[in-house]
Amino acid sequence: MASDTLFDALIEHDISRRDFIKFCTAMAAALGLSAGTVPRIAHALQTKKKPILLWLEMQSCTGDTEALLRATKPTAAELVLDVLSLDYSETIMAAAGHQAEKLLADLVKNHKGAYFAAVEGSIPVKDGGIHCCIGGRSGLEIAREVCGNALATFAMGTCACFGGIPHASPNPTGAVGVKEAFPNATVLNLAGCPVNAENITAAIVHYLTFGSLPAVDAFGRPLFAFGKRIHDNCERRAHFDAGQYTRQWGDDGHRRGWCMYYMGCKGPQAYQNCPTVRYNGGTSWPVGSGHGCVACAAPNFWDEMTPFYRRLPQPFGITVETTADKVGLTVTAVTLGGILLHAIARMVKHHTRPKGEAAQGAKPQEKTEWKGPSWHE
Amino acid sequence: MLCLRDVYVWEFPVRLTHWVNVICLITLSFTGYYIGNPYIHNVHPFFYGVLKDQWVMGWMRLIHFSVAYVFAMSVLLRIYWGFAGNRHARWSAMIPTTKERRRTLLHDIRFYLLMEPAPAVSIGHSPTAGLAYLLLFLGYLVSILTGFALLSQSHGGAFWYAAGGWILPSFPVQWVRLVHHVMMWFLIVFPIVHLYVGWTTDLVEENCVMSSIFSGRKTCGDE
Repeated sequence: MASDTLFDALIEHDISRRDFIKFCTAMAAALGLSAGTVPRIAHALQTKKKPILLWLEMQSCTGDTEALLRATKPTAAELVLDVLSLDYSETIMAAAGHQAEKLLADLVKNHKGAYFAAVEGSIPVKDGGIHCCIGGRSGLEIAREVCGNALATFAMGTCACFGGIPHASPNPTGAVGVKEAFPNATVLNLAGCPVNAENITAAIVHYLTFGSLPAVDAFGRPLFAFGKRIHDNCERRAHFDAGQYTRQWGDDGHRRGWCMYYMGCKGPQAYQNCPTVRYNGGTSWPVGSGHGCVACAAPNFWDEMTPFYRRLPQPFGITVETTADKVGLTVTAVTLGGILLHAIARMVKHHTRPKGEAAQGAKPQEKTEWKGPSWHE
Repeated sequence: MLCLRDVYVWEFPVRLTHWVNVICLITLSFTGYYIGNPYIHNVHPFFYGVLKDQWVMGWMRLIHFSVAYVFAMSVLLRIYWGFAGNRHARWSAMIPTTKERRRTLLHDIRFYLLMEPAPAVSIGHSPTAGLAYLLLFLGYLVSILTGFALLSQSHGGAFWYAAGGWILPSFPVQWVRLVHHVMMWFLIVFPIVHLYVGWTTDLVEENCVMSSIFSGRKTCGDE
Protein backbone atom coordinates (compact mmCIF):
# COMPACT_ATOMS: atom_id res chain seq x y z
CA MET A 1 0.00 0.00 0.00
CA ALA A 2 1.18 3.42 -0.93
CA SER A 3 -0.80 5.36 1.61
CA ASP A 4 1.82 7.34 3.48
CA THR A 5 -0.42 9.87 5.14
CA LEU A 6 -3.76 9.49 6.83
CA PHE A 7 -5.26 11.59 4.05
CA ASP A 8 -4.04 9.07 1.45
CA ALA A 9 -5.66 6.33 3.47
CA LEU A 10 -8.92 8.22 3.43
CA ILE A 11 -8.76 8.78 -0.33
CA GLU A 12 -8.21 5.04 -0.80
CA HIS A 13 -11.44 4.51 1.11
CA ASP A 14 -13.37 6.75 -1.29
CA ILE A 15 -13.86 9.44 1.32
CA SER A 16 -14.50 12.87 -0.14
CA ARG A 17 -12.66 16.03 0.85
CA ARG A 18 -15.88 17.29 2.41
CA ASP A 19 -15.99 14.21 4.64
CA PHE A 20 -12.32 14.63 5.43
CA ILE A 21 -12.89 18.19 6.64
CA LYS A 22 -15.89 16.97 8.63
CA PHE A 23 -13.63 14.40 10.23
CA CYS A 24 -11.04 17.08 11.08
CA THR A 25 -13.78 19.24 12.61
CA ALA A 26 -15.04 16.31 14.67
CA MET A 27 -11.50 15.70 15.92
CA ALA A 28 -11.09 19.36 16.86
CA ALA A 29 -14.35 19.13 18.78
CA ALA A 30 -13.28 15.90 20.50
CA LEU A 31 -10.03 17.53 21.57
CA GLY A 32 -11.87 20.59 22.84
CA LEU A 33 -10.18 22.87 20.32
CA SER A 34 -11.64 25.83 18.47
CA ALA A 35 -12.79 25.70 14.87
CA GLY A 36 -9.69 27.69 13.98
CA THR A 37 -7.51 24.63 14.45
CA VAL A 38 -9.37 22.61 11.81
CA PRO A 39 -7.13 23.79 8.92
CA ARG A 40 -4.10 22.98 11.04
CA ILE A 41 -5.39 19.47 11.70
CA ALA A 42 -6.27 19.02 8.02
CA HIS A 43 -2.81 20.19 6.98
CA ALA A 44 -1.11 17.86 9.46
CA LEU A 45 -3.12 14.86 8.36
CA GLN A 46 -2.36 15.56 4.70
CA THR A 47 1.35 16.06 5.08
CA LYS A 48 2.62 14.06 8.05
CA LYS A 49 3.49 10.41 7.67
CA LYS A 50 1.28 7.93 9.46
CA PRO A 51 2.95 6.88 12.64
CA ILE A 52 3.91 3.25 13.09
CA LEU A 53 1.79 1.67 15.76
CA LEU A 54 2.45 -1.71 17.34
CA TRP A 55 -0.48 -3.21 19.22
CA LEU A 56 0.34 -5.69 21.98
CA GLU A 57 -2.16 -8.02 23.63
CA MET A 58 -1.49 -8.74 27.29
CA GLN A 59 -4.04 -10.01 29.86
CA SER A 60 -7.09 -8.74 28.06
CA CYS A 61 -10.48 -9.80 26.78
CA THR A 62 -9.67 -8.13 23.43
CA GLY A 63 -12.61 -5.87 24.17
CA ASP A 64 -10.71 -2.78 23.08
CA THR A 65 -9.91 -4.31 19.69
CA GLU A 66 -13.51 -5.49 19.46
CA ALA A 67 -14.74 -1.97 20.21
CA LEU A 68 -12.61 -0.68 17.36
CA LEU A 69 -13.77 -3.36 14.95
CA ARG A 70 -17.40 -2.66 15.76
CA ALA A 71 -17.11 1.06 15.32
CA THR A 72 -19.53 1.99 12.56
CA LYS A 73 -18.37 5.36 11.32
CA PRO A 74 -16.22 4.62 8.27
CA THR A 75 -14.05 7.71 8.57
CA ALA A 76 -12.73 7.47 12.08
CA ALA A 77 -12.80 3.70 12.46
CA GLU A 78 -11.21 2.76 9.17
CA LEU A 79 -8.63 5.44 9.60
CA VAL A 80 -7.60 3.99 12.93
CA LEU A 81 -7.83 0.44 11.67
CA ASP A 82 -5.52 1.32 8.81
CA VAL A 83 -3.01 2.75 11.19
CA LEU A 84 -3.10 -0.35 13.33
CA SER A 85 -3.32 -3.16 10.82
CA LEU A 86 -0.45 -1.92 8.73
CA ASP A 87 2.11 -2.73 11.34
CA TYR A 88 1.52 -5.20 14.14
CA SER A 89 -1.53 -6.42 16.00
CA GLU A 90 -1.84 -9.99 17.18
CA THR A 91 -5.61 -10.05 16.79
CA ILE A 92 -6.15 -8.65 13.35
CA MET A 93 -2.90 -8.98 11.40
CA ALA A 94 -2.44 -11.60 8.66
CA ALA A 95 1.02 -12.79 9.72
CA ALA A 96 1.35 -15.58 12.28
CA GLY A 97 3.94 -17.60 14.15
CA HIS A 98 7.63 -16.93 13.55
CA GLN A 99 6.74 -14.52 10.77
CA ALA A 100 4.80 -12.34 13.21
CA GLU A 101 7.52 -12.50 15.84
CA LYS A 102 10.16 -11.52 13.29
CA LEU A 103 7.95 -8.64 12.12
CA LEU A 104 7.71 -7.28 15.65
CA ALA A 105 11.45 -7.64 16.28
CA ASP A 106 12.28 -5.92 12.98
CA LEU A 107 9.87 -3.07 13.60
CA VAL A 108 11.29 -2.41 17.06
CA LYS A 109 14.88 -2.57 15.74
CA ASN A 110 14.37 -0.49 12.60
CA HIS A 111 12.14 2.23 14.07
CA LYS A 112 13.60 2.52 17.54
CA GLY A 113 12.21 5.56 19.33
CA ALA A 114 10.05 6.51 16.36
CA TYR A 115 7.00 4.28 16.69
CA PHE A 116 4.01 4.23 18.99
CA ALA A 117 3.19 1.21 21.09
CA ALA A 118 -0.34 0.33 22.08
CA VAL A 119 -0.87 -2.08 24.94
CA GLU A 120 -4.18 -3.76 25.54
CA GLY A 121 -4.65 -5.64 28.80
CA SER A 122 -2.77 -5.67 32.06
CA ILE A 123 0.79 -6.89 32.45
CA PRO A 124 1.28 -9.63 35.07
CA VAL A 125 4.49 -9.14 37.02
CA LYS A 126 4.14 -11.89 39.64
CA ASP A 127 6.50 -14.90 39.37
CA GLY A 128 8.60 -13.17 36.73
CA GLY A 129 5.61 -12.49 34.52
CA ILE A 130 5.01 -16.15 33.58
CA HIS A 131 1.23 -15.75 33.75
CA CYS A 132 1.09 -14.26 30.28
CA CYS A 133 3.48 -15.75 27.71
CA ILE A 134 3.55 -15.13 23.97
CA GLY A 135 5.84 -17.18 21.72
CA GLY A 136 7.76 -18.50 24.71
CA ARG A 137 8.50 -15.05 26.12
CA SER A 138 6.73 -13.37 28.99
CA GLY A 139 4.44 -10.47 28.25
CA LEU A 140 6.47 -8.41 30.70
CA GLU A 141 9.64 -8.99 28.66
CA ILE A 142 7.97 -8.24 25.32
CA ALA A 143 6.26 -5.12 26.63
CA ARG A 144 9.48 -3.89 28.23
CA GLU A 145 11.25 -4.16 24.88
CA VAL A 146 8.44 -2.67 22.81
CA CYS A 147 7.32 0.07 25.23
CA GLY A 148 10.88 0.86 26.29
CA ASN A 149 11.93 1.67 22.72
CA ALA A 150 8.70 3.44 21.76
CA LEU A 151 8.26 7.15 21.23
CA ALA A 152 5.23 6.82 23.49
CA THR A 153 2.87 4.11 24.62
CA PHE A 154 -0.89 4.30 24.45
CA ALA A 155 -2.38 2.22 27.23
CA MET A 156 -5.60 1.05 25.61
CA GLY A 157 -8.39 0.42 28.08
CA THR A 158 -8.50 0.36 31.86
CA CYS A 159 -6.55 -2.92 32.17
CA ALA A 160 -3.53 -1.47 30.36
CA CYS A 161 -3.88 1.83 32.25
CA PHE A 162 -4.38 0.65 35.82
CA GLY A 163 -4.51 -3.15 35.77
CA GLY A 164 -8.29 -3.20 35.41
CA ILE A 165 -10.21 -6.39 36.07
CA PRO A 166 -7.15 -8.73 36.33
CA HIS A 167 -5.78 -6.25 38.92
CA ALA A 168 -8.92 -6.59 41.06
CA SER A 169 -8.52 -8.23 44.45
CA PRO A 170 -6.99 -10.80 45.02
CA ASN A 171 -5.01 -10.18 41.81
CA PRO A 172 -3.46 -13.67 41.51
CA THR A 173 -1.19 -12.76 38.59
CA GLY A 174 0.16 -9.50 40.04
CA ALA A 175 -1.42 -7.61 37.14
CA VAL A 176 -0.49 -3.94 36.78
CA GLY A 177 -0.92 -1.20 34.22
CA VAL A 178 1.80 -0.18 31.77
CA LYS A 179 2.92 2.88 33.74
CA GLU A 180 3.27 0.86 36.94
CA ALA A 181 5.19 -1.90 35.15
CA PHE A 182 7.53 0.55 33.40
CA PRO A 183 7.64 3.83 35.34
CA ASN A 184 10.16 5.34 32.91
CA ALA A 185 8.05 4.79 29.80
CA THR A 186 6.04 7.65 28.29
CA VAL A 187 2.47 6.43 28.67
CA LEU A 188 -0.83 8.00 27.72
CA ASN A 189 -3.65 6.33 29.62
CA LEU A 190 -6.66 5.92 27.35
CA ALA A 191 -8.87 4.38 29.99
CA GLY A 192 -12.34 2.94 29.59
CA CYS A 193 -13.82 -0.50 29.37
CA PRO A 194 -13.53 -0.61 26.45
CA VAL A 195 -11.57 2.44 25.38
CA ASN A 196 -13.54 4.72 23.10
CA ALA A 197 -12.28 4.52 19.50
CA GLU A 198 -12.93 8.25 19.07
CA ASN A 199 -10.51 9.01 21.90
CA ILE A 200 -7.75 6.87 20.36
CA THR A 201 -8.18 8.64 17.04
CA ALA A 202 -8.24 12.05 18.69
CA ALA A 203 -5.06 11.28 20.66
CA ILE A 204 -3.24 10.24 17.47
CA VAL A 205 -4.54 13.29 15.61
CA HIS A 206 -3.35 15.48 18.49
CA TYR A 207 0.13 14.05 18.15
CA LEU A 208 0.19 14.47 14.38
CA THR A 209 -1.05 18.06 14.59
CA PHE A 210 0.94 19.38 17.51
CA GLY A 211 3.84 16.92 17.74
CA SER A 212 3.08 16.22 21.38
CA LEU A 213 0.80 14.10 23.51
CA PRO A 214 -2.30 15.81 24.94
CA ALA A 215 -2.36 17.27 28.48
CA VAL A 216 -3.23 14.70 31.15
CA ASP A 217 -4.92 14.55 34.57
CA ALA A 218 -3.58 13.09 37.84
CA PHE A 219 -4.05 9.56 36.49
CA GLY A 220 -2.25 10.16 33.18
CA ARG A 221 -5.50 10.28 31.21
CA PRO A 222 -5.91 12.93 28.48
CA LEU A 223 -7.96 15.85 29.75
CA PHE A 224 -9.82 16.27 26.47
CA ALA A 225 -11.51 12.91 27.11
CA PHE A 226 -11.36 12.56 30.91
CA GLY A 227 -11.48 16.17 32.11
CA LYS A 228 -15.24 16.36 32.55
CA ARG A 229 -17.52 14.54 34.90
CA ILE A 230 -20.08 12.21 33.33
CA HIS A 231 -22.74 13.49 35.77
CA ASP A 232 -22.30 17.07 34.55
CA ASN A 233 -22.92 16.17 30.91
CA CYS A 234 -25.43 13.42 31.48
CA GLU A 235 -28.62 13.52 29.43
CA ARG A 236 -30.55 12.38 32.54
CA ARG A 237 -29.12 15.14 34.77
CA ALA A 238 -32.38 17.10 34.81
CA HIS A 239 -34.10 14.06 36.34
CA PHE A 240 -31.38 13.92 39.00
CA ASP A 241 -31.95 17.52 40.02
CA ALA A 242 -35.71 17.06 39.96
CA GLY A 243 -35.44 14.07 42.29
CA GLN A 244 -36.84 11.70 39.68
CA TYR A 245 -35.18 8.33 40.09
CA THR A 246 -35.39 4.79 38.87
CA ARG A 247 -36.24 2.94 42.09
CA GLN A 248 -36.15 -0.54 40.61
CA TRP A 249 -35.07 -1.89 37.27
CA GLY A 250 -38.02 -1.80 34.91
CA ASP A 251 -40.22 0.38 37.11
CA ASP A 252 -42.18 3.38 35.92
CA GLY A 253 -39.25 5.74 36.42
CA HIS A 254 -36.87 3.47 34.54
CA ARG A 255 -39.26 3.30 31.61
CA ARG A 256 -39.59 7.08 31.66
CA GLY A 257 -35.81 7.36 31.36
CA TRP A 258 -35.28 8.85 34.82
CA CYS A 259 -31.94 9.15 36.62
CA MET A 260 -30.33 5.92 37.85
CA TYR A 261 -28.46 7.55 40.75
CA TYR A 262 -30.63 5.66 43.24
CA MET A 263 -29.64 2.40 41.52
CA GLY A 264 -25.96 3.10 42.13
CA CYS A 265 -24.97 4.93 38.96
CA LYS A 266 -21.35 6.09 39.41
CA GLY A 267 -21.67 8.99 36.97
CA PRO A 268 -21.19 11.53 39.81
CA GLN A 269 -17.65 10.26 40.39
CA ALA A 270 -16.67 9.19 36.87
CA TYR A 271 -14.74 11.29 34.38
CA GLN A 272 -15.08 10.58 30.69
CA ASN A 273 -16.64 12.04 27.57
CA CYS A 274 -19.19 9.22 27.11
CA PRO A 275 -22.28 11.47 27.35
CA THR A 276 -21.08 13.68 24.50
CA VAL A 277 -19.02 11.35 22.28
CA ARG A 278 -20.89 8.12 23.06
CA TYR A 279 -19.81 4.71 21.80
CA ASN A 280 -19.94 2.86 18.51
CA GLY A 281 -19.94 5.92 16.33
CA GLY A 282 -22.26 7.92 18.55
CA THR A 283 -24.93 5.21 18.75
CA SER A 284 -25.39 5.05 22.50
CA TRP A 285 -23.67 4.66 25.86
CA PRO A 286 -24.50 2.82 29.10
CA VAL A 287 -26.71 5.50 30.68
CA GLY A 288 -28.36 6.15 27.32
CA SER A 289 -29.40 2.52 27.17
CA GLY A 290 -30.74 2.41 30.73
CA HIS A 291 -27.83 1.15 32.82
CA GLY A 292 -25.92 3.10 35.44
CA CYS A 293 -22.33 4.16 34.88
CA VAL A 294 -19.78 1.88 36.63
CA ALA A 295 -16.89 4.38 36.36
CA CYS A 296 -14.97 1.93 34.17
CA ALA A 297 -12.24 4.48 33.42
CA ALA A 298 -11.34 4.95 37.10
CA PRO A 299 -8.32 3.18 38.62
CA ASN A 300 -9.32 0.06 40.60
CA PHE A 301 -12.94 0.53 39.53
CA TRP A 302 -13.70 -3.16 40.05
CA ASP A 303 -12.70 -2.95 43.72
CA GLU A 304 -13.62 0.63 44.54
CA MET A 305 -16.76 1.33 42.53
CA THR A 306 -18.54 -1.88 43.50
CA PRO A 307 -21.27 -2.72 44.34
CA PHE A 308 -22.36 -1.27 41.02
CA TYR A 309 -26.04 -1.08 41.99
CA ARG A 310 -25.63 0.71 45.31
CA ARG A 311 -24.67 4.23 46.25
CA LEU A 312 -22.16 3.27 48.93
CA PRO A 313 -19.55 0.52 49.22
CA GLN A 314 -20.17 -2.35 51.64
CA PRO A 315 -18.35 -1.49 54.85
CA PHE A 316 -15.42 -3.89 55.11
CA GLY A 317 -17.39 -6.46 53.13
CA ILE A 318 -18.98 -7.84 56.30
CA THR A 319 -22.09 -9.11 54.59
CA VAL A 320 -23.69 -8.30 51.30
CA GLU A 321 -26.73 -6.70 52.93
CA THR A 322 -24.92 -4.64 55.53
CA THR A 323 -24.95 -1.04 54.50
CA ALA A 324 -23.60 1.95 56.35
CA ASP A 325 -27.11 3.09 57.18
CA LYS A 326 -28.02 -0.16 58.86
CA VAL A 327 -24.85 0.05 60.94
CA GLY A 328 -25.60 3.70 61.73
CA LEU A 329 -29.19 2.99 62.68
CA THR A 330 -28.08 0.07 64.86
CA VAL A 331 -25.49 2.24 66.63
CA THR A 332 -28.13 4.91 67.24
CA ALA A 333 -30.58 2.34 68.61
CA VAL A 334 -27.88 0.75 70.79
CA THR A 335 -26.94 4.20 72.11
CA LEU A 336 -30.53 5.04 72.99
CA GLY A 337 -30.98 1.62 74.57
CA GLY A 338 -27.73 1.99 76.47
CA ILE A 339 -28.79 5.38 77.75
CA LEU A 340 -32.11 3.98 78.89
CA LEU A 341 -30.40 1.12 80.72
CA HIS A 342 -27.86 3.52 82.24
CA ALA A 343 -30.62 5.83 83.44
CA ILE A 344 -32.56 2.93 84.94
CA ALA A 345 -29.43 1.54 86.61
CA ARG A 346 -28.64 4.98 88.02
CA MET A 347 -32.15 5.35 89.39
CA VAL A 348 -32.07 1.87 90.92
CA LYS A 349 -28.70 2.59 92.52
CA HIS A 350 -29.92 5.96 93.71
CA HIS A 351 -32.94 4.40 95.41
CA THR A 352 -31.14 1.44 96.96
CA ARG A 353 -28.41 3.62 98.46
CA PRO A 354 -28.87 4.71 102.12
CA LYS A 355 -30.68 8.02 102.30
CA GLY A 356 -27.86 10.05 103.74
CA GLU A 357 -25.47 8.95 101.04
CA ALA A 358 -27.94 9.79 98.29
CA ALA A 359 -28.35 13.26 99.68
CA GLN A 360 -24.62 13.70 99.82
CA GLY A 361 -24.32 12.60 96.23
CA ALA A 362 -26.37 15.56 95.14
CA LYS A 363 -24.03 18.08 96.74
CA PRO A 364 -20.78 18.31 94.89
CA GLN A 365 -18.59 19.51 97.73
CA GLU A 366 -19.57 16.75 100.08
CA LYS A 367 -20.17 13.80 97.85
CA THR A 368 -16.73 12.16 98.03
CA GLU A 369 -13.59 12.50 100.05
CA TRP A 370 -11.83 13.70 96.99
CA LYS A 371 -12.79 17.26 96.17
CA GLY A 372 -11.82 17.17 92.52
CA PRO A 373 -9.84 19.86 90.78
CA SER A 374 -10.14 23.32 92.18
CA TRP A 375 -10.36 25.71 89.25
CA HIS A 376 -12.78 28.07 90.72
CA GLU A 377 -12.78 31.54 89.36
CA MET B 1 -21.50 25.61 104.11
CA LEU B 2 -22.74 25.61 100.55
CA CYS B 3 -22.54 28.97 98.93
CA LEU B 4 -23.87 29.24 95.39
CA ARG B 5 -22.70 31.80 92.91
CA ASP B 6 -23.07 32.47 89.23
CA VAL B 7 -19.99 32.07 87.07
CA TYR B 8 -19.81 33.31 83.50
CA VAL B 9 -18.39 30.25 81.74
CA TRP B 10 -19.47 30.09 78.08
CA GLU B 11 -18.63 33.24 76.21
CA PHE B 12 -20.81 34.45 73.35
CA PRO B 13 -18.77 32.86 70.49
CA VAL B 14 -18.93 29.50 72.27
CA ARG B 15 -22.70 29.67 72.60
CA LEU B 16 -23.14 31.07 69.10
CA THR B 17 -21.08 28.34 67.41
CA HIS B 18 -22.82 25.73 69.56
CA TRP B 19 -26.28 26.71 68.34
CA VAL B 20 -25.18 27.34 64.77
CA ASN B 21 -23.67 23.85 64.80
CA VAL B 22 -26.92 22.38 66.16
CA ILE B 23 -29.00 23.95 63.42
CA CYS B 24 -26.41 23.10 60.76
CA LEU B 25 -26.06 19.46 61.84
CA ILE B 26 -29.81 18.88 61.80
CA THR B 27 -30.15 20.49 58.37
CA LEU B 28 -27.05 18.77 56.99
CA SER B 29 -28.18 15.36 58.25
CA PHE B 30 -31.63 15.62 56.66
CA THR B 31 -30.43 16.99 53.34
CA GLY B 32 -27.31 14.83 53.32
CA TYR B 33 -29.28 11.69 53.97
CA TYR B 34 -31.54 12.58 51.07
CA ILE B 35 -28.53 13.13 48.81
CA GLY B 36 -27.13 9.72 49.74
CA ASN B 37 -30.46 7.95 49.61
CA PRO B 38 -33.24 9.98 47.96
CA TYR B 39 -36.04 8.89 50.27
CA ILE B 40 -38.73 11.17 48.92
CA HIS B 41 -40.49 9.02 46.37
CA ASN B 42 -42.41 11.05 43.87
CA VAL B 43 -43.21 8.22 41.52
CA HIS B 44 -46.76 7.88 42.76
CA PRO B 45 -49.11 9.67 40.35
CA PHE B 46 -50.70 11.44 43.31
CA PHE B 47 -47.53 13.53 43.64
CA TYR B 48 -47.06 14.33 39.97
CA GLY B 49 -48.60 17.75 40.22
CA VAL B 50 -46.93 18.53 43.54
CA LEU B 51 -43.39 17.24 43.47
CA LYS B 52 -42.67 16.23 39.90
CA ASP B 53 -41.14 19.47 38.78
CA GLN B 54 -40.01 20.75 42.14
CA TRP B 55 -36.26 20.27 41.68
CA VAL B 56 -36.10 18.22 44.89
CA MET B 57 -32.49 17.04 44.67
CA GLY B 58 -31.51 20.48 43.45
CA TRP B 59 -32.96 22.09 46.58
CA MET B 60 -31.46 19.46 48.86
CA ARG B 61 -28.00 19.97 47.41
CA LEU B 62 -28.35 23.75 47.41
CA ILE B 63 -29.34 23.74 51.09
CA HIS B 64 -26.73 21.12 51.99
CA PHE B 65 -23.86 22.99 50.35
CA SER B 66 -24.93 26.41 51.61
CA VAL B 67 -25.39 25.22 55.18
CA ALA B 68 -22.12 23.29 54.94
CA TYR B 69 -20.28 26.57 54.32
CA VAL B 70 -21.96 28.12 57.37
CA PHE B 71 -21.03 25.05 59.40
CA ALA B 72 -17.42 25.13 58.20
CA MET B 73 -17.14 28.80 59.15
CA SER B 74 -18.72 28.10 62.54
CA VAL B 75 -16.18 25.34 63.19
CA LEU B 76 -13.39 27.66 62.03
CA LEU B 77 -14.60 30.37 64.42
CA ARG B 78 -14.73 27.89 67.31
CA ILE B 79 -11.23 26.63 66.51
CA TYR B 80 -10.02 30.24 66.60
CA TRP B 81 -11.87 30.83 69.86
CA GLY B 82 -10.07 27.80 71.25
CA PHE B 83 -6.98 30.00 71.11
CA ALA B 84 -8.53 33.37 71.91
CA GLY B 85 -11.31 32.57 74.35
CA ASN B 86 -11.33 32.21 78.13
CA ARG B 87 -9.76 29.21 79.82
CA HIS B 88 -12.97 27.16 79.54
CA ALA B 89 -13.07 27.66 75.77
CA ARG B 90 -9.40 26.91 75.13
CA TRP B 91 -8.08 23.77 73.58
CA SER B 92 -6.12 23.18 76.76
CA ALA B 93 -9.50 22.55 78.43
CA MET B 94 -10.13 19.76 75.93
CA ILE B 95 -6.93 17.80 76.39
CA PRO B 96 -6.20 16.28 79.83
CA THR B 97 -2.63 17.50 80.09
CA THR B 98 -2.16 17.67 83.87
CA LYS B 99 -1.99 14.75 86.26
CA GLU B 100 -4.90 16.13 88.22
CA ARG B 101 -7.10 16.24 85.13
CA ARG B 102 -6.21 12.66 84.26
CA ARG B 103 -7.24 11.66 87.77
CA THR B 104 -10.51 13.52 87.35
CA LEU B 105 -10.99 11.73 84.03
CA LEU B 106 -10.70 8.35 85.76
CA HIS B 107 -13.10 9.51 88.45
CA ASP B 108 -15.62 10.60 85.83
CA ILE B 109 -15.36 7.30 83.99
CA ARG B 110 -16.05 5.57 87.31
CA PHE B 111 -19.08 7.86 87.72
CA TYR B 112 -20.45 6.89 84.32
CA LEU B 113 -19.93 3.22 85.22
CA LEU B 114 -22.11 3.88 88.30
CA MET B 115 -19.19 3.29 90.63
CA GLU B 116 -19.21 6.84 92.02
CA PRO B 117 -22.27 8.76 93.21
CA ALA B 118 -21.34 12.04 91.53
CA PRO B 119 -18.91 13.35 88.97
CA ALA B 120 -15.98 15.54 89.93
CA VAL B 121 -16.71 19.22 90.09
CA SER B 122 -15.69 21.20 87.05
CA ILE B 123 -16.59 24.74 86.19
CA GLY B 124 -15.98 24.47 82.47
CA HIS B 125 -15.66 21.20 80.64
CA SER B 126 -14.88 18.19 82.76
CA PRO B 127 -11.83 16.36 81.35
CA THR B 128 -14.14 13.68 79.95
CA ALA B 129 -16.34 16.23 78.24
CA GLY B 130 -13.30 18.06 76.89
CA LEU B 131 -11.95 14.84 75.42
CA ALA B 132 -15.35 14.08 73.91
CA TYR B 133 -15.47 17.52 72.28
CA LEU B 134 -11.97 17.05 70.94
CA LEU B 135 -13.22 13.85 69.30
CA LEU B 136 -16.28 15.74 68.05
CA PHE B 137 -14.11 18.41 66.45
CA LEU B 138 -11.98 15.75 64.79
CA GLY B 139 -15.24 14.36 63.45
CA TYR B 140 -16.21 17.84 62.21
CA LEU B 141 -12.88 18.21 60.44
CA VAL B 142 -13.19 14.79 58.79
CA SER B 143 -16.73 15.67 57.67
CA ILE B 144 -15.68 19.02 56.29
CA LEU B 145 -12.61 17.63 54.53
CA THR B 146 -14.46 14.72 52.92
CA GLY B 147 -17.37 17.03 52.12
CA PHE B 148 -15.17 19.46 50.24
CA ALA B 149 -13.41 16.52 48.55
CA LEU B 150 -16.76 15.31 47.22
CA LEU B 151 -17.76 18.85 46.27
CA SER B 152 -14.48 19.28 44.36
CA GLN B 153 -15.74 16.70 41.86
CA SER B 154 -18.25 19.19 40.53
CA HIS B 155 -16.30 22.32 41.49
CA GLY B 156 -12.97 22.35 39.70
CA GLY B 157 -11.49 25.49 41.25
CA ALA B 158 -8.34 25.89 43.32
CA PHE B 159 -10.34 26.71 46.47
CA TRP B 160 -12.16 23.38 46.50
CA TYR B 161 -8.97 21.55 45.63
CA ALA B 162 -7.28 23.16 48.64
CA ALA B 163 -10.34 22.61 50.86
CA GLY B 164 -10.47 18.86 50.27
CA GLY B 165 -10.03 17.90 46.61
CA TRP B 166 -6.36 17.14 47.19
CA ILE B 167 -7.20 13.95 49.08
CA LEU B 168 -9.06 12.39 46.17
CA PRO B 169 -6.18 10.97 44.11
CA SER B 170 -4.91 9.22 47.27
CA PHE B 171 -8.20 7.76 48.49
CA PRO B 172 -10.90 5.88 46.57
CA VAL B 173 -13.74 8.34 46.12
CA GLN B 174 -16.34 5.77 47.21
CA TRP B 175 -14.53 5.35 50.53
CA VAL B 176 -14.42 9.11 50.96
CA ARG B 177 -18.17 9.08 50.35
CA LEU B 178 -18.67 6.28 52.87
CA VAL B 179 -16.61 8.11 55.52
CA HIS B 180 -18.63 11.29 54.93
CA HIS B 181 -21.81 9.27 55.27
CA VAL B 182 -20.71 7.38 58.40
CA MET B 183 -19.69 10.70 60.01
CA MET B 184 -23.35 11.70 59.79
CA TRP B 185 -24.24 8.76 62.04
CA PHE B 186 -21.46 9.72 64.45
CA LEU B 187 -22.87 13.24 64.54
CA ILE B 188 -26.34 11.84 65.22
CA VAL B 189 -25.18 9.53 68.02
CA PHE B 190 -22.99 12.19 69.65
CA PRO B 191 -25.77 14.71 70.48
CA ILE B 192 -27.90 11.92 71.97
CA VAL B 193 -25.13 11.00 74.40
CA HIS B 194 -24.31 14.70 74.84
CA LEU B 195 -27.89 15.51 75.87
CA TYR B 196 -28.13 12.57 78.26
CA VAL B 197 -24.83 13.33 79.93
CA GLY B 198 -25.73 17.02 80.20
CA TRP B 199 -29.07 16.17 81.75
CA THR B 200 -27.48 13.66 84.18
CA THR B 201 -24.81 16.13 85.21
CA ASP B 202 -27.40 18.83 85.72
CA LEU B 203 -29.44 16.53 87.96
CA VAL B 204 -26.49 15.32 90.01
CA GLU B 205 -24.41 18.47 90.23
CA GLU B 206 -27.33 20.93 90.21
CA ASN B 207 -25.09 23.39 88.40
CA CYS B 208 -27.53 24.52 85.69
CA VAL B 209 -25.30 23.16 82.93
CA MET B 210 -28.32 22.69 80.65
CA SER B 211 -29.32 26.34 80.83
CA SER B 212 -25.72 27.53 80.79
CA ILE B 213 -25.51 27.01 77.03
CA PHE B 214 -28.27 29.61 76.69
CA SER B 215 -27.17 32.05 79.35
CA GLY B 216 -23.47 31.29 79.51
CA ARG B 217 -23.67 31.20 83.29
CA LYS B 218 -23.28 28.22 85.56
CA THR B 219 -24.14 27.91 89.21
CA CYS B 220 -21.15 26.78 91.16
CA GLY B 221 -20.87 25.64 94.69
CA ASP B 222 -18.13 27.17 96.80
CA GLU B 223 -16.85 26.36 100.20
